Amino acid sequence: MLGSYWESVAIFTAINCLMGISLYIPMMAGLISLGQGGFMAIGAYVCALLTKGNVPFGLALCIGGGAAALAGVIIGTPALRIRGIYVMILTLGFGEIVRVFFATFEPAGGASGMGGIHPLTELWQVVLATAAALLLVWRIRHVRFGRAMIAIHEDDVAAEAMGINLTRTKLLSFTLGSLIAGIAGGFYAHQALFIDANQFDFMRSAVTFLYVILGGAGNPFGPIVGAVTVTLVPEMLRVVQDWRMTVFGSLLVVMAIWRP
Amino acid sequence: MSALLSVAGVSRYFGGYLALNDISCDVAAGHVHALIGPNGAGKTTLFNIVSGTLRPTSGRIAFDGHDYTGRRPDRVLKMGIARNFQHVRLIRGLSMIENVMIGCHAWIDRGIIGNTAALFGISSGERAAASKARELLDFVGVSAKRGVEPLELTLGDQRRVEIARALASEPRLLLLDEPAAGMALAEVNALSSLIRCIRDRGITILLVEHHIRLIMEIADNITVLSAGSVIASGPPSAVQRDPAVIAAYLGKSDEPAVGT
Repeated sequence: MLGSYWESVAIFTAINCLMGISLYIPMMAGLISLGQGGFMAIGAYVCALLTKGNVPFGLALCIGGGAAALAGVIIGTPALRIRGIYVMILTLGFGEIVRVFFATFEPAGGASGMGGIHPLTELWQVVLATAAALLLVWRIRHVRFGRAMIAIHEDDVAAEAMGINLTRTKLLSFTLGSLIAGIAGGFYAHQALFIDANQFDFMRSAVTFLYVILGGAGNPFGPIVGAVTVTLVPEMLRVVQDWRMTVFGSLLVVMAIWRP
Repeated sequence: MSALLSVAGVSRYFGGYLALNDISCDVAAGHVHALIGPNGAGKTTLFNIVSGTLRPTSGRIAFDGHDYTGRRPDRVLKMGIARNFQHVRLIRGLSMIENVMIGCHAWIDRGIIGNTAALFGISSGERAAASKARELLDFVGVSAKRGVEPLELTLGDQRRVEIARALASEPRLLLLDEPAAGMALAEVNALSSLIRCIRDRGITILLVEHHIRLIMEIADNITVLSAGSVIASGPPSAVQRDPAVIAAYLGKSDEPAVGT
């Protein structure tokens, strides 16, 4: 029904929506991660290596997401005892470490990247995963865990005085975000079919941050709006050819000032 | 007479400044116990130590016979000690009911199973917390304004919501830090009857307050702090006549002012 080009655009858009949600969850608790690209990379590589070994795609996605979540626990445990801007610096460093690791990890192709990944990602799968993630975020807002995250974000002193375990709540939200980024990475690898470390660099993390900021960090549809806008607009701007990114950059500036 | 809270030889330094010097006092179960003293006497410091926000430099604190010195605020709350804040700290972005439900955090939908059940809407915790929150908002007397954003309430009502939030944790000891500050006379009278109602629910109260008339009306026991030391303690009638207390509040011509 969609042309293969637009179907591919739709898949990447949905993957970016997942990435936006993966950052939205920790941001509910006031944690800004600049390392979501790193978690995506872990999910992408682990999942792709598994399907090459004939592991079923669904299982590989879960294991890839699990690996990213595990990395989230490992990086989050020390990181979440520190505050504010230092979390950003630490996650930024983490993203770079992951990128350099995969650039030198020969079993996964090292610097020349990894090709020959099976084309297993289908649009309905990614849309379903995005819808599930969105439903999860919407439900979280209305239960104990979501209230705890908002309380920590607004006033961690009051939150802790009301019996909220700060470290555990922050770690859980960070890990949940890593899990979703890992799954997004798995979908990405099986759509892109070729991955190398530079696809998961700092720009990937920064653009993910942009989805949430542009769409609005105040409600779960924010990252969706942001991801769709930031992904589709450059595609539509292909008509202006060489000026594409210049026009897009200018649009971002305009939107940042007069944000809808 | 059994002591619910027992402070034994607590001192606290801030850098080289001795804010609390070897404080000992017992709060009897079922009492309204007032902590008074001139500004800078160390009342709030002691309060923060009792609630776990600050650690004492030396000395011990025990609740119901169990030493809990150095325990984190969230664990102190779970033990049965809840507090309000001198400068109201309600959570922006949560409705009034949700703010009170934060107080239920410690006893609803705990653990992986509880949280997951809540996410799928098959746990009774949410409903129990919401009905508890409504009951408590009624109890503190702000239910008529339930639809209003919590931070749009008058200061007096915000204080009441905060007291409701503390009560939602089902504490055995309630710490009230200057609940009457900035209140009009009529509000103070209403507060005084609210505090009595809370005591009649079987909750012990430790109260820091400047409003002397309120204290004389409702306190069963008073501890007077001045310059970081206990200078008097006992029932209101005795403390009122204590020469050291009069000296601390009014100064005395033939004695150096306390604290110099």
